[in-house]
Amino acid sequence: MNGIHDMGGMQNMGPVRPEKNEPVFHAEWERRVFALDMAVDETNRYEIELIPPADYLRMSYYEKWLTSLIETLKKAGLATSAEIESGKAVGGIVPGRHIYSVADALALIVPPPETKAPIAAAPRFHAGERVRARNINPVGHTRLPRYLRAKLGTIERTWEVESLWDRDTEGRPVDNTPQPVYSVRFDARELWGEQANPRDSVYVDMWEAYLEPS
Amino acid sequence: MSTTRRELLTVALTAAGAAVTPDLVHAVELGLDHDHQAIPSDPTLRVKALESLLVAKGIVNRANLDALVDTYEHKVGPRNGARVVAHAWVDQAYKQRLLAHSTSAIAELGYGGAEGGVMLVVENTAHVHNLVVCTLCSCYPWPVLGLPPVWYKSAAYRSRSVIDPRGVLREFGLKLADDVTVRVWDSTAQVRYLVLPERPRGTENMSESDLAALVTRDAMVGVAKVTVAQEGAHA
Repeated sequence: MNGIHDMGGMQNMGPVRPEKNEPVFHAEWERRVFALDMAVDETNRYEIELIPPADYLRMSYYEKWLTSLIETLKKAGLATSAEIESGKAVGGIVPGRHIYSVADALALIVPPPETKAPIAAAPRFHAGERVRARNINPVGHTRLPRYLRAKLGTIERTWEVESLWDRDTEGRPVDNTPQPVYSVRFDARELWGEQANPRDSVYVDMWEAYLEPS
Repeated sequence: MSTTRRELLTVALTAAGAAVTPDLVHAVELGLDHDHQAIPSDPTLRVKALESLLVAKGIVNRANLDALVDTYEHKVGPRNGARVVAHAWVDQAYKQRLLAHSTSAIAELGYGGAEGGVMLVVENTAHVHNLVVCTLCSCYPWPVLGLPPVWYKSAAYRSRSVIDPRGVLREFGLKLADDVTVRVWDSTAQVRYLVLPERPRGTENMSESDLAALVTRDAMVGVAKVTVAQEGAHA
């Protein structure tokens, strides 16, 4: 979706304001929203992208997470608006749910055992090849930022295959077939014209579906 | 001041494809456009109610939520990344492995997992400066840097890092010469990035742990250099 979240290249958002000695969380409720969101484990990025743009700009990061978590719970049928308002369960417990465990939480920060990459079709593109980012404008979730569409780049390397993260407006995967992901280099001048330093470039990881031969 | 804010809103609404009318901008300024989204009026109360509900429904368990918070507040953070950097500074063979096979080299020191399943370490030199951003959301290498700071997730940083990286770096107090190459890494897929900063001069006799104490989170995102005067990464 061409939403406010797709910010690359926008201007007039003000200066970057780093906070000295910033804590990991700024309030107790942020800790709980972070943990709830991780534990429910059903949230997808698209819910945050659906937040109306003016709200998106005004809300803090964890307010967005909270909004997205609430929408996810409602859409997944895990809780109703009335239950969320009151904090009281009407429908009883949710049967058959996997409950996130302490072991799950600790496993998050352990390197997984090495696994063999899934086998997929041979990569269509190779290092050094010129490619063009497709000009697509899906209304669902995509990982192809607007500022790259129809721009020319160069394949730098090929990563392991990964299923496309794009989702339709119902949250369903657009294409589950694992496909190569490439690191693609774009000259800053290809993206921004003469105002950019000719030495500079932007590297972006792109699924094969996002690319076509130049 | 209000003019600036109004302009910002207008730009944002226009970019989002909204038909911008003076009434809409005014409504947004006054916070009157809340009816179509559940926005917490008091996050503390809203979140307490939500947690109670999800515990009662058997969807989450309080002890496990506590474990999640403890994990990301205390068990990961930029100290992990600083150890990786310092080890690369003192061990050339490790540095080569780190640049060629970043994920497994980081795992050698015990770090890995969620938001770090595929890592790429990029090296800053006298001629090349690397900067990491996520323009679409907030992708960040959790196992080595912890959760991202607010500025990394801000509209200002996400929007401008790709179009004006040198301007953003100046705001962090880092002025790069025109003949230095800037590489911006926009994290859009499964790969997460860590910058290997330049080892500062005058540190030849320092121990690995003293070197690690010099390495800041900002240097590993690429918005700062490591200097001897610095106090070290924020927790």
